[in-house]
Amino acid sequence: MQFMLLFSRQGKLRLQKWYVPLSDKEKKKITRELVQTVLARKPKMCSFLEWRDLKVVYKRYASLYFCCAIEDQDNELITLEIIHRYVELLDKYFGSVCELDIIFNFEKAYFILDEFLLGGEAQETSKKNVLKAIEQADLLQENIDFQTRLFSGTVCKNLARPCCSVRAVPLEVDSPPPPAETTQQQQQYLKRHKHIIDIEVAGLFFCFISTLTLICPM
Amino acid sequence: MSDVVEKTLTALPSLLSLDSQPGSAKLSSTSKLGTLIRGITELTSKHEEEKLIQRELASIKEQVSSPNTSMRQMKELMVRAIYCEMLGYEASFSYIHAIKLAQQGTALEKRVGYLAVSLFLNESHELLLLLVNTVLKDLQSTNLIEVCMALTVVSQMFPKDMIPAILPLVEEKLTHPKEIIRRKAVLALYKFYLIAPNQVQHIHNKFRKALCDKDPGVMTASLHIYLQMITENPEGYKDLAACFVTILKQVVGGKLPMDFNYHSVPAPWLQIQLLRILSLLGKNDQSASEIMYEVLDESLRRAEMNHNITYAILYECVKCIYTIHPKSELLEKAAKCIGNFVLSPKINLKYLGLKALTYVVQQDPKLALQHQMTIIECLDHPDLIIKREVLELLFRITNAQNVTVIVEKMLEFLSISKDDYTTIDLVGKVAELAEKYAPDNEWFIETMNTVFSLGGDTMQPDIPNNFLKLLSEGFDSVEEDRKLRLFAVDSYVSLLQGEPGKLPQRFLQVISWVLGEYSHLMEELEPAAVLRLLAKLLDMKHTSSETKSWVLIAMTKLCEGGAGVSVAQEVCETYSSSMDTVLRQRAQELQYLSHNSELRAKVLPRDAHMEPLEVDSSLSFLDGFVSEALAAGAAPYKPPHQRQEELAQAKALSLEPYSLSLPISMSSCSIADRQSPTLLSISSGLSGDSTDISHKGGSTTLNLDGVKRVWGREGYLAHKEPVEETAQVEVPSPVQSPSQQKEADSSHSQTQTPIPTPEPEQEKKQLASSLFVGLSSQSSACLMGKSEPTPQRFRRKAKGQGSSAGVSEQIPNSLVTSPSTVDNLLCNNLLDSNIASETDVSSPKQTSQLAQGLTTANGTCDVEGELTDSNIKGTKPSLIRDNGMVAADPAPHKDPDGPKDSYLSSHLPAELSGLSCSEITPLCCNQSLDLSACHVQKEDSLVLVVFMTNSSDSDIQQILLQFDSEELEVSCVSDSPVEEVRSHSVAVCQYSLTVKRPSVHVEVAGSVSFHVPVGIPQAVQFSYKLPLTNFVRPLAVSTEEYGTMWLAFSHDTKQNLRLINDVQEPLTATLNVLKKKLQLHVVEIIGMEGIVACRLLRDQPCLMHCRVHADTLAVWLRSPVPDLPDCLLYHCQRALQEH
Repeated sequence: MQFMLLFSRQGKLRLQKWYVPLSDKEKKKITRELVQTVLARKPKMCSFLEWRDLKVVYKRYASLYFCCAIEDQDNELITLEIIHRYVELLDKYFGSVCELDIIFNFEKAYFILDEFLLGGEAQETSKKNVLKAIEQADLLQENIDFQTRLFSGTVCKNLARPCCSVRAVPLEVDSPPPPAETTQQQQQYLKRHKHIIDIEVAGLFFCFISTLTLICPM
Repeated sequence: MSDVVEKTLTALPSLLSLDSQPGSAKLSSTSKLGTLIRGITELTSKHEEEKLIQRELASIKEQVSSPNTSMRQMKELMVRAIYCEMLGYEASFSYIHAIKLAQQGTALEKRVGYLAVSLFLNESHELLLLLVNTVLKDLQSTNLIEVCMALTVVSQMFPKDMIPAILPLVEEKLTHPKEIIRRKAVLALYKFYLIAPNQVQHIHNKFRKALCDKDPGVMTASLHIYLQMITENPEGYKDLAACFVTILKQVVGGKLPMDFNYHSVPAPWLQIQLLRILSLLGKNDQSASEIMYEVLDESLRRAEMNHNITYAILYECVKCIYTIHPKSELLEKAAKCIGNFVLSPKINLKYLGLKALTYVVQQDPKLALQHQMTIIECLDHPDLIIKREVLELLFRITNAQNVTVIVEKMLEFLSISKDDYTTIDLVGKVAELAEKYAPDNEWFIETMNTVFSLGGDTMQPDIPNNFLKLLSEGFDSVEEDRKLRLFAVDSYVSLLQGEPGKLPQRFLQVISWVLGEYSHLMEELEPAAVLRLLAKLLDMKHTSSETKSWVLIAMTKLCEGGAGVSVAQEVCETYSSSMDTVLRQRAQELQYLSHNSELRAKVLPRDAHMEPLEVDSSLSFLDGFVSEALAAGAAPYKPPHQRQEELAQAKALSLEPYSLSLPISMSSCSIADRQSPTLLSISSGLSGDSTDISHKGGSTTLNLDGVKRVWGREGYLAHKEPVEETAQVEVPSPVQSPSQQKEADSSHSQTQTPIPTPEPEQEKKQLASSLFVGLSSQSSACLMGKSEPTPQRFRRKAKGQGSSAGVSEQIPNSLVTSPSTVDNLLCNNLLDSNIASETDVSSPKQTSQLAQGLTTANGTCDVEGELTDSNIKGTKPSLIRDNGMVAADPAPHKDPDGPKDSYLSSHLPAELSGLSCSEITPLCCNQSLDLSACHVQKEDSLVLVVFMTNSSDSDIQQILLQFDSEELEVSCVSDSPVEEVRSHSVAVCQYSLTVKRPSVHVEVAGSVSFHVPVGIPQAVQFSYKLPLTNFVRPLAVSTEEYGTMWLAFSHDTKQNLRLINDVQEPLTATLNVLKKKLQLHVVEIIGMEGIVACRLLRDQPCLMHCRVHADTLAVWLRSPVPDLPDCLLYHCQRALQEH
């Protein structure tokens, strides 16, 4: 694969990953022209493009276009599935992902992409393994994030998605995982993160108790 | 109080549930990134956005450079910088901080740092060097996540030169207990393989280990490397075919863990990768293909679910089946698959079906026939991509019968397509088809007219070139030529009478050339009328100056008669004062020749037929002038690149080591005075021929065979820059001549005529019949239009390649040859004085000889040259007489295994016995004849000694040994090769080997055929492989000569090598190891730098410059031979590793 681009229906770039060395100027030019070409195509048209000397595979999920440029001998259909698998991964990670998730957490989206595709080749195709790798790295992060959040006193504020003029439309993953699996997964997640939650709960109590002691010394 | 507790407790679950959703927990709206993003989305204009981002970048810049910014804040800043870059604003100031963050941050900050680095920089960015140490540190870290991050960044980008620094660490990771680390390490090696294949050559066996890894993920990763390696060299991996088949069988059979399933298809990515590998291995290889049939069949059978992923596998299967050695059953199934694809209502599948059809149509034309109606429908598909694919398919099935319809469809598409790439591609295809299958002249010219108008100025320059060549060279019949040219003139005149302003520049150039050459064929046409038409072109606003000069040349050819001259005169007046020097020259020519018709007839002869024009590309007729000028004290000619080099040296600091320190003024002194050879005298030697072949050769050889006249402008066409004005030109409708109309009517293509047919279905059927005419009527033999010998209408006459092609070969590269003469000379001396086996000798005596040798090479003291020549002649024959062939008596006792070596080595010719000889390795054996071989390093050659042992009781006769090698040249040392071996005896033959094309290991393949008294003749094949090091010899040069040569060599490689550290003088020790192992010659060691020289037998020098850098040795190799530096580098690496 030569590069992957994510852009919105308005033509705004949301993510870009280049696997071939190109100058910034070329990248910008390719991005601009390709985005235009893809946006101009009608929904019922073929997902494959022979654009300049590149083979381009794109797919639209809700308001986002995922677009890959591949080598000549690469399989177009499997590239479509690579895109789909990536969306599935995002969906699972963010929980019914929408464009907003990717905008506000693009670095996370990059991390997931890096675990899935490396140097332009599919690195790990097992969904479980990719998510495991991401979560392991995240675990550390959450730990620290949590502590800072807790002690800077912003614990309960504004955890919901920020409001923004971009609508929060979930990307439609064609085959959503059956509900049973989801709950199971959530449970798994809870189990895995139990110690964090424990810390969190303990921390809250600590916070709470210290407030209490401050407010009304018994 | 209890209220408070209660509230807090009720808030808890919601907090927890929020956190259980990993995504939302990280949406920190209060972060500055969030503010930025929201700020941007609220903006309305691009301008506002720009202002906002600039402000943002300024604040980021201020913060990153502040010393008080913590790494944590830095991480946040980097994320914002990435965001700004994504929006298209440059944030290059942050690159260095990204590297810093990766270096100094904690694990998490590192992660963002690495991400920023991988997004900001690309492989060739110089800042990347700063990352090397960080990567090195992280690779050694005990924290798995840090190792992962380092490997991730390494597999995305890494400076090529620094690979050796981290290679051992990455290799080590291949045995790491964690599969994720192993997997990433494999992918990192894959990346290294892609950017620097010779650096990972020695770990191929580790790839095999990765292939056999117990984790499927690691195995899958290793397939990327294998796919790449097998694409490059399918022969080398045939043994793995069975292994890949087994893996695929297991995957298809569902033996992998469920995790790898994708929509309940087992590991589709893995399957596709394997299928691609198999198709490469099975291509043109029946035995390899045979083991694949079963698993392919199984794959086809299993992939029956209705989902994209199964189609992806099917598509790959089909491609594989059609690539490997055919098997009818499988082909049938594959054809059915393609049918399903083509007929599918899903547009993606239809597209792939057409693509597959295009791929297989040359093998299986009937398949296209089956789907002709679908193909016709797709021709009218609203999606251009589909249409384009159909045209591609039609292009493949074009033959003389359907060419008109297909070309018409292509031109139709061209007129609606707006994409330049498609236009260029299709125009080329139309031109190719027209040239190949044109049914008649009119059609050909009309089609080419449309091609030129549609193709505009973007099309490949060889299309007009070929067209003009075709016209000028003509065909077998003179009458036919005349007709074609006449028609072209006719059509162009009417085009010019129309609206020439809309024609592209290239087309105008073609038109003016044709009119200039052939308008005289049309008798009723007044030359003056043509001149007026051409003059009109000159007045047009859009005509480029290049076209103008074409027009002027055409006018020069035509100006005759009173009216003509007066038109020409007018034009001359305008252009003889033009600011464009070329135009002015043309105008002057026109003016002069229009008055002097005698001269014109001589310079621009009409009907100059195909006598090849003698072009003295070496300009030797100027030699007298040059030597006179030189004698008068003029500076010798220097080719531009040399001038530039010297200029750069004079002006700037010298960046090249060992550059020539001669002042430029010295160049004026005469050659004869010069005692020591320098670059200057060499170059003046070249200028004696007064040409710089390497520069001009391209232009002279390229176009000669189409050129008819000395001043013909067409010679410039091939390498002219695309014309600046790319104004879109509207399509002029091709002029319909009556004859063409008739042609169209008589032909089968009724669809051309715009008669409204009531039933569109009917129309389609007709179209189908005309499109597939060649396919349906005859068998496949006719269909293969491309290989069909007959219908090619415009066949060019076979013509000898321009004479100048030979000239360039004859010019010897004096720089390269000179050392070889020296070496021959030296070696002969050495041989004579019996110091044969000692290789690294460098004495003052040698150096002086060398200096002499070089002068000899330059031709100033011929006497000595001859002397040494006769020396060589004197010694060589005697050697050969002795060496040639030794037929030895059988040894009394012969043990089969162990002592055989020593037994054979006793047969080694006496004169080779003192020299370093490799182990004797068996090549092949047969019940009667055993072949073994070894190689012996001689001073000036490498001798391959082949032992033929006859172990049978009867004599073996008519032995014929043949060698074949891509890399080596094999010549027999003796005059009469061995032809027979008596029973129980050994015959020895010697072959001298020289390198044709350097490679890390070179191989000779050979075959031996022989007759045993009873029974049929037999033949056995064998191959012998040896490392390149055997051909390396020291090259004794002085530092000055080294400097001269260094500048002259063009191929170079740089890399860091391991330094031998545990001794006092690491550089000397390292170089000594290299000298000992590879027979290099150490020219000089100065402080931390050393220069080394060697040559490859016979005369291919390679120079090496080493510098100690911390604890590595930075080496820089240069040679005139392309692959030599790389190969040598590899061996140096090996030598130091083994040490």
